[in-house]
Amino acid sequence: MCLGIPARVIQIDESDLGKVDYLGTRVKTNFALLENIKIGDWVIVHAGFAISRLNEEEARETFSILREMAEKEALNNNKERKKQSKR
Amino acid sequence: MKELRDKRVIRGLLSEIEKRTQEIPSSPRIMEVCGTHTMTVHRYGLKNMLERAGVEMVSGPGCPVCITPNEIHEAAIELVTENENFILTTFGDMTRVPTRKSSLQKAVPAAGSMVKIVYSPRESLEIAGSNPEKQVVFFGVGFETTIPAIALTLREAFEKSLANFSILSALWIIPPPLRAIVEAKEIAIDGFLYPGHVSTIIGEKPYQFIAEEFGIPGAITGFEPSDILLGILSILNQIKEGKAAVSNEYSRVVRASGNPKALAVMGEMLETKDAYWRGLGLIPQSGLKIKKEYSAYDAEIRFNLSIKGGSGDLPGCRCGEVLQGLISPPQCPLFVEKCNPDSPCGPCMVSFEGACYVYYKYNPTIKSKL
Repeated sequence: MCLGIPARVIQIDESDLGKVDYLGTRVKTNFALLENIKIGDWVIVHAGFAISRLNEEEARETFSILREMAEKEALNNNKERKKQSKR
Repeated sequence: MKELRDKRVIRGLLSEIEKRTQEIPSSPRIMEVCGTHTMTVHRYGLKNMLERAGVEMVSGPGCPVCITPNEIHEAAIELVTENENFILTTFGDMTRVPTRKSSLQKAVPAAGSMVKIVYSPRESLEIAGSNPEKQVVFFGVGFETTIPAIALTLREAFEKSLANFSILSALWIIPPPLRAIVEAKEIAIDGFLYPGHVSTIIGEKPYQFIAEEFGIPGAITGFEPSDILLGILSILNQIKEGKAAVSNEYSRVVRASGNPKALAVMGEMLETKDAYWRGLGLIPQSGLKIKKEYSAYDAEIRFNLSIKGGSGDLPGCRCGEVLQGLISPPQCPLFVEKCNPDSPCGPCMVSFEGACYVYYKYNPTIKSKL
């Protein structure tokens, strides 16, 4: 029920109605729950309403934490392999 | 965005999680409150991976279709079977919930009446506009994620003075049942994964009491596999450091203070009430109802419905215990053979986010028993 899809705003009129693009599909969306929405913004859409705007800076920060996790893991794996090859 | 489902990231997070569980005294039990989280946990096989890493996941009450007591579903069925020229609109999952009076999908509507599935509550207004000779009732169910959309729809109907539209509401707020689960002490929870999209509306503050009063850590979490693991890692870090907080691991979408515009329209149109939850019983101030000023749009008042308590489960169905995390679906004797998505006995097997449905769908060994 609480499924929300990240989608890009492609159309908005004065009464806060418009459309988002979700993986190529145009979906009718109501933007009345958000302030100052512009074409090109990324939003989370739920039941035909945009409920939140995506914050790119925060997204980048999370993704970099995640990449660090992958790098750490790769490093550990390399160490293990080296240990094993020494044996 | 590929990081969110990247295998290497997931492996990295899991090995950090495993490290952390070895550093804390007992293996932690974490409740994913939200049904959409339950879906991610099972769909990507995280449940078993986490078990191997020393974390037990239990499902919580976060499926609005599931926690809506049968009495309300039955009231909706009565509306459309006993009244002529009546259109009942609702979300798809709601139509398949089995009750003592059949389901919206199987019940035979009165002459000129019908059930219509909608994606957005606003579609109901269009239906009401193009069917002026019929009464249109939107059977609106949801948590804070969906409630602002319903409140806005209600406001639009009021502003347009739509005479043939009303709402049968089943609106629930998430923090009160979490208090009920913790205070009942029937199951010990070491951490909560808080629902990401509910939090876009309410922000971080409404969960603070869980950290402050009960000392239980928690994390607001997104819906991709890496999001879930990041939330769990944050909870484990809190346990290790002997801290309890509400950390926001979904900051790309959730603001600390939520969505002020959405909160304002909720406050304008709706007010809190004590409400019955399936399985959890009566929880103070856990539901929302339409304010008196707008009672002309409240189907309960307009059609003089008397909806009682919340004990009308079908015999043998243990959804109530599943919703509290007391049992996992396979522990219910009806599971799979007597209750499955083709012939569900309760809502937890109906909703795509119901714990029973999710267990069934993403566990191949269970299906092969049939």
